[in-house]
Amino acid sequence: MNNRSGADRAYAVFTTASAAVIPIVVGLVFIALAIAGWPALRQFGTSFITSSAWDPVAGQFGAAPAIYGTLVSSALALLIAGPLALGVALFLVEFAPGWLREPVAFAVELLAAIPSVVYGLWGIFVLVPLLRRYVMPFLADTLHLGNTPLFSGPAYVTSMLAAALILAIMILPYISAVSREVLRAVPRSQREAALALGATRWEMIRDAVLPYARSGLVGGLMLGLGRALGETMAVTMVIGNQHQISASLFAPGYTMASLIANEFSEATTPLHVASLMAVGLLLLVTTFIVNAGARWLVWQTGRSRA
Amino acid sequence: MSGSHRAVSPNTHNRRRRAINRVVIAITYLFAALTTVPLLAILFYLLVRGASSLSFGFLVHAPKPAGETGGGMGNALVGSVILLVIAALVGLPVGVGAGLRLAERPRTTLSNTVRFLADVLNGLPSIVMGIFAWQLLVRPMHHFSALAGGIALGVMMIPMVARTTEEMLRLVPVSLREAALALGYTRWRTSITVVLRTATGGIVTGALVAIARVAGETAPLLFTAFGNQFWSLSLARPIAALPLQIFNYAIAPYDDWNAQAWAGAIVLLAFVFVISVAARVATRRRHDSAD
Repeated sequence: MNNRSGADRAYAVFTTASAAVIPIVVGLVFIALAIAGWPALRQFGTSFITSSAWDPVAGQFGAAPAIYGTLVSSALALLIAGPLALGVALFLVEFAPGWLREPVAFAVELLAAIPSVVYGLWGIFVLVPLLRRYVMPFLADTLHLGNTPLFSGPAYVTSMLAAALILAIMILPYISAVSREVLRAVPRSQREAALALGATRWEMIRDAVLPYARSGLVGGLMLGLGRALGETMAVTMVIGNQHQISASLFAPGYTMASLIANEFSEATTPLHVASLMAVGLLLLVTTFIVNAGARWLVWQTGRSRA
Repeated sequence: MSGSHRAVSPNTHNRRRRAINRVVIAITYLFAALTTVPLLAILFYLLVRGASSLSFGFLVHAPKPAGETGGGMGNALVGSVILLVIAALVGLPVGVGAGLRLAERPRTTLSNTVRFLADVLNGLPSIVMGIFAWQLLVRPMHHFSALAGGIALGVMMIPMVARTTEEMLRLVPVSLREAALALGYTRWRTSITVVLRTATGGIVTGALVAIARVAGETAPLLFTAFGNQFWSLSLARPIAALPLQIFNYAIAPYDDWNAQAWAGAIVLLAFVFVISVAARVATRRRHDSAD
């Protein structure tokens, strides 16, 4: 131990420095975006978050529609993908017969490997026409939901609904992968005790597995939410990119990520750039909190296993 | 719960419990089936829409100006490879180094912090990494460049590689390390030639998965690599990339470009899938017993 050579010291320095890169990057991202976005935050204050006026020509920047669109599309995606993902995870861990488990798990993994831009491409040319021709008329007319604010108005080509659906498909594999890990971490004794007491498989899951796995499952949902909040390309391609807050899911909207993707390279005034940076900072802070919380919850469940 | 059923005969009660059980199982089967629908739909449409535009010329030519037919994404393919090489040069050494540190001193404050922040960094939006790279690299240099794009992708690889490296290193038995140290190996030689080498297969797999993931990234390249309609090998100039080209052609108002976007998506997806499948096969063979 005491004869640490120079090479040993160099090795220790290299690995420690490499490890330190990660916190440094995280810190730098915050600092860089805070500095770059500060002019906009200073000039507009809280109205940057509350105002809907986004007018680069007049130098007015309010990000409310993008914030609203981000929250609504992500929440809706989570509402759709959450139950599905949990169902798939339960299927894979508890019910699937051996010959079906691997193919389904593989399909879910492939879904996670598809690049965002390919989802967007599919969204523009397949999902969006499908929604407009069949799903939107069905919701509005056949189900008579057209009078409710949520499904009112004309069926646009691009819409909040399309964005939420594509987000749901995209985050589903992430949520189900984490849920699967968490469910697997539930000790076998927990299951066997329930079964020994005469519980059916479902009662075993409801009374013994889910309570044990709860915080981890919530963590998985939050990880999915974090993905949805920051997802950029696919959403940019189907949401319509309109600075408006509309109650109708049929109407186009904007998200923070798509706003940056769409306007950044065309931003000419320093204030416009700073405003987009400030939007990026808001997005960073939001996703950081969601992800940190999610990781903490997942670790809580997985710790006994690790 | 079951107390409320006292009036019902035990048999009916049990039959209902079993019925609920069957319904729940059926629902999970249904959900599993539903999940595979989008995957099949995406693959189906990719082949239907894109296959006709996929040709040898598509793979070797640069785009033609709007209005002219023909042209391809050859320059974008080369651009993507260049970006991925830069990304790997940035991401792999730092990622593996960080993984070594995490595996060798797992319980220190630094390691715990790094592990946590690596996972959080993995989940941060790629568009945020894009404007971060723009602010740090493009803004001071006053122009878009392949280098900025590659570094942006490389930074995204670091946490992924670090975490998989750590996991793979932890599978190496401690006895192996102790044996090497007992034979008089110095610590760094033990780590590099014994521990790291034993875990090489797993680490390569992890590196491939990380490369496959950033290969499909578009958002970090929008304001760094920027894209290019022409052949360019210069690291200091804007460079084309496959995902960027797909994006630009997908939202363009020309049918021919839209068709090429589908063809490009086939190429991109084939690349990503081949790496993912290869990595999966390699890992499964390795961990069959551990699962």
